[in-house]
Amino acid sequence: MLRYSEDHEWIQLDGDIGTVGISPHAIEQLGDIVFIELPEAGATVSKGDAVAVFESVKAASDIYSPATGEITSVNEAMLDDLTSITPDRATESWLFKVKLSDTSELDEMMDEAAYAAMIS
Amino acid sequence: MENRRTPLYDFHIAHGARMVAFAGWDMPVQYPAGIKAEHLACRSGAALFDVSHMAQIEVNGDGADALLERLTPTDLEAIKDGRVRYSLFLNETGGVLDDLMIARFEGALHLVVNAGRAAHDISHLKAHLIGADTRIKVHDKRALLALQGPGAATVLGDLGLDLDGFVFMDIGRFMLAGVECVVTRSGYTGEDGFEISMAASAAETIATLLAARDDVFICGLGARDTLRMEAGLPLWGHELDETINPVMAGLRFVLSKRRREAGDFLGAKQILQDWDFGPKRTLVGLLPTGGRPVRDGTKLIMDGTPVGSVTSGGFAPSLDAPAAIGLVESQLAEPGTALIAATRGRETTVHVACLPFVPHRYVRGS
Repeated sequence: MLRYSEDHEWIQLDGDIGTVGISPHAIEQLGDIVFIELPEAGATVSKGDAVAVFESVKAASDIYSPATGEITSVNEAMLDDLTSITPDRATESWLFKVKLSDTSELDEMMDEAAYAAMIS
Repeated sequence: MENRRTPLYDFHIAHGARMVAFAGWDMPVQYPAGIKAEHLACRSGAALFDVSHMAQIEVNGDGADALLERLTPTDLEAIKDGRVRYSLFLNETGGVLDDLMIARFEGALHLVVNAGRAAHDISHLKAHLIGADTRIKVHDKRALLALQGPGAATVLGDLGLDLDGFVFMDIGRFMLAGVECVVTRSGYTGEDGFEISMAASAAETIATLLAARDDVFICGLGARDTLRMEAGLPLWGHELDETINPVMAGLRFVLSKRRREAGDFLGAKQILQDWDFGPKRTLVGLLPTGGRPVRDGTKLIMDGTPVGSVTSGGFAPSLDAPAAIGLVESQLAEPGTALIAATRGRETTVHVACLPFVPHRYVRGS
């Protein structure tokens, strides 16, 4: 099940591994993306930590980890072509996978309907 | 307080603009194509901008020249009718209160000033009025469009404007689609281009006519900012403010010869000292390494010591790389000098570079 944070990250849980990305709405709002800094695999992160940065033409935006755990892999391939990061490719443009210390941490996050209501 | 809207607000919404608050106005920052595409369209073709937020001020009467000479370092006698000059309102220490355009047209002076400084500038002008023979009129029922890029002259030529002999920094009256417009050949992109002033009521007609053409791209303030940064053109509040004088800002050309020799403008003492001996700090281009942009306000460091800061920073679409402008200690202004930009705990090496990043392509008279 897809969960969303108030900072526009999404997380898809498979067992205790969460795949994290940013929402189509966030990608649209960022505009032209010119640089991305991803976290390092193996890093330990806490929920709410700034773990990645998206730089657009106009501004830098922090991306926060929606969960506590260990980064198990990062999507280096997305860096090859930043123009491929478009709202309709939010799923393919995942940022990193995190092994959650406690999956119940996601209970308070929004589901798709609640997130859609928040951004409308 | 509600933001003000230009006469093209509905036009922007209809074209899918993302609106932002800017200097008390609701302005389009970008359209669906995005800042990069808009920027590149201006460098290769013709781009339309709504700049109606800038204030258009007329100063007329016998004291008009004297008023402007009291507040700027410009030789007003040297501005012939039909010509435009870039100028600066200075303070007593040589700092810049705002930058502006001064045109002499049909016997009056026509100023265009920054939206964010308009209220200040109007009070400033009024405070320095002497006698009753000078009048200041704010044209708040007029719109201002900018058509910029190497294709701009072709677009206006197609629409019937005779631009023969009308060169960079000229001003004239033209009919455009039956609307009387006052046009200057000037802009804020480094490209050839025009700024077109018209009655607010006619703005949507003209904008729609221009935007409907295949060879005109509509652009927002985002592209306007990246274009002017690449062209090394200053933005008040960034490259210019009360603590930055024209010599530091690389704007020696603004100081007219007669005024400089007379030393009779505000801040002359400090400015002429910097003119003769060089300023302590200088505006330079900065090229970050590693692909990550550095942003406004970032401190610049050499050997652990602060040596300056970034005044405007972001991405330069024409370079397809990050670029910035910064104020640094003058001994470090040599192109190629490596500095450290300390961004939010991360360090980026930046190299000093010449401005402009992209050469100006103005169409000048022979």
